[in-house]
Amino acid sequence: MQTTVMTEQEARAPAGSVTQPAARVGWSSPRGWLQQQLPRLVLSPTVVITLVFVYGFILWTLYLSFTRSRGIPSHELVGWLNYQRVWNHPRWSVALHNLAVFGILYIALCLVLGLFIAILLDQRIRQEGALRAIYLYPMALSFIVTGTAWKWMLNPGLGLEKLFKDWGFANFKFDWIIDERMAIYTVVIAGVWQASGFVMAMFLAGLRGVDQDLIKAASIDGASLPRIYRRIIIPQLRPVFLSAVVILAHLAIKSYELVVALTGGGPGYATEMPSTFMYAHTFTRSQLGWGAASATMMLLTVAAIMVPYLYSEVRTVRSRRQ
Amino acid sequence: MAKTWETPQMVQETGFRWSRVVVYGLLVFFGAVYLLPLLVMLLTSFKPLPEIYAGNMVALPRHWTVEPWVNAWTKACVGLNCNGIKGYFWNSIQMTVPAVVISTGMGLLNGYVLTKWRFRGANVLFGLILFGCFIPFQIVLIPMATFLGRMGIASSTTGLVFVHVVYGLCFTTLYARNYYMAFPDELVKAAMIDGARFFSIFRRVLLPNSGPIIIVAVIWQFTNIWNDFLFGASFSTGTSAPMTVALNNVVMTSTGEREYNVHMAAAMIAALPTLMVYVFGGRYFVRGLMAGSVKG
Repeated sequence: MQTTVMTEQEARAPAGSVTQPAARVGWSSPRGWLQQQLPRLVLSPTVVITLVFVYGFILWTLYLSFTRSRGIPSHELVGWLNYQRVWNHPRWSVALHNLAVFGILYIALCLVLGLFIAILLDQRIRQEGALRAIYLYPMALSFIVTGTAWKWMLNPGLGLEKLFKDWGFANFKFDWIIDERMAIYTVVIAGVWQASGFVMAMFLAGLRGVDQDLIKAASIDGASLPRIYRRIIIPQLRPVFLSAVVILAHLAIKSYELVVALTGGGPGYATEMPSTFMYAHTFTRSQLGWGAASATMMLLTVAAIMVPYLYSEVRTVRSRRQ
Repeated sequence: MAKTWETPQMVQETGFRWSRVVVYGLLVFFGAVYLLPLLVMLLTSFKPLPEIYAGNMVALPRHWTVEPWVNAWTKACVGLNCNGIKGYFWNSIQMTVPAVVISTGMGLLNGYVLTKWRFRGANVLFGLILFGCFIPFQIVLIPMATFLGRMGIASSTTGLVFVHVVYGLCFTTLYARNYYMAFPDELVKAAMIDGARFFSIFRRVLLPNSGPIIIVAVIWQFTNIWNDFLFGASFSTGTSAPMTVALNNVVMTSTGEREYNVHMAAAMIAALPTLMVYVFGGRYFVRGLMAGSVKG
């Protein structure tokens, strides 16, 4: 018994102690010093890359967002002018409105659909593996492929509308993709189709981790299955909900490809998103300053969601280990 | 370790017979909905154009034809260049393979250092690296365009490989770190007592046990890089563009009658590599997805 405890303690010793043999090699010889520094040297390219190309570039873009940069970067500082211009731009308001509509529906529908399918799949289903594979394959596709496929399906003349008309629903109308007011909902449809399987996978993993004894006890007490789900199982999935919302929210803010391939931001600029606004003003409209300002605002929004989440995730992992 | 869905189910069957029918019915219905776009893409890509304009999208082709696939490969117009998408497919391969290999290799070494040779500040560094996975890449587009231009690798495959390595490192590092975290320190210590040094420990002790995580990282990187559009569209021009950019151009190029069958064939060609990876390595793809979202 005693020995088991010993090994366990050893196993829990911080891995940092592993570096101790370096002392055995000795600091005196240059080779020993090199050996000692090797881990840091090996990690350093990644650290440098991250500092330059992530954080350095973030600062660079931040700086540009305060300059009068148009076609090429300029060093003339203009304060908050670019931000004011972007905020007063009608296309930016449309972009923000679309992001809200898209974000809320995308997250809500993915959660509802993902959880529902996960619960269905958790009922001792034959061929579960095959079904899971079907729900999740869209995640392996490029957004451009998804956009292309759905653009075709949503084509009013030849796609779903035509299909339902051929099936006898003569008045069936489904022309959202060319309707300025409805086009953003087609982006929601394609986005949910692509990501809901992933959310299903997260929920299914969560369901499989729920304490079985609790469920048994509840069913012995005569609780019905829906009640067990509502009262016992789903509340235990709270961490999965949190993860899913965070991941989906950051995907929603970043979403660019899907809009480009599905609607091209149109009709007009009805499906403009912050990402398409940024791209258009940076690469085609020669307003680097505006592009930088909009990119900065996107980053801040993502950071507001991701930083607390990552911080808590890394912390819980550490405390669980200790 | 992240829980997976592979663990056995626990919810017992309690309902009566017809509720099972409803469950299966719903599952099959959802399955059909998820499969529909793929099915429609395939059917459309094998139909002659007149049939597309005359029939509906789920009708089986009356005359099966592979001509759209041949046209997409050799004749489709990408902008003004009507030589098909084959060149762009090749571009994507040239871009993806080196980027996957380099970022995976570096990620494994990083994970090894971060778990088995921890030094003061290693966790902070990991946190800094990790955040890089989640930034909206719009924030780096302008500086990167300037940087690639100054380095003379703008609009080249080399430039895109570089970009994908840079922004893929955080994921491969994350995977390797989480995986090696569970790897027993005792084995590393034992090797050290036997006189093994930094690289030989990695090569002889960790690498032979890294099969699963290498597959996860390779599949993830391959899928992400192959599917990328934003970097491809921003940092490539004309014939150096990757497949996704070419596909978008094929669909957007409107000269005369829209050849939907060719568009769908091109989309299928763009989707096939990642679909194949998914079919053969789906389990590992899911692990990558989950590790990117629920750590611990």
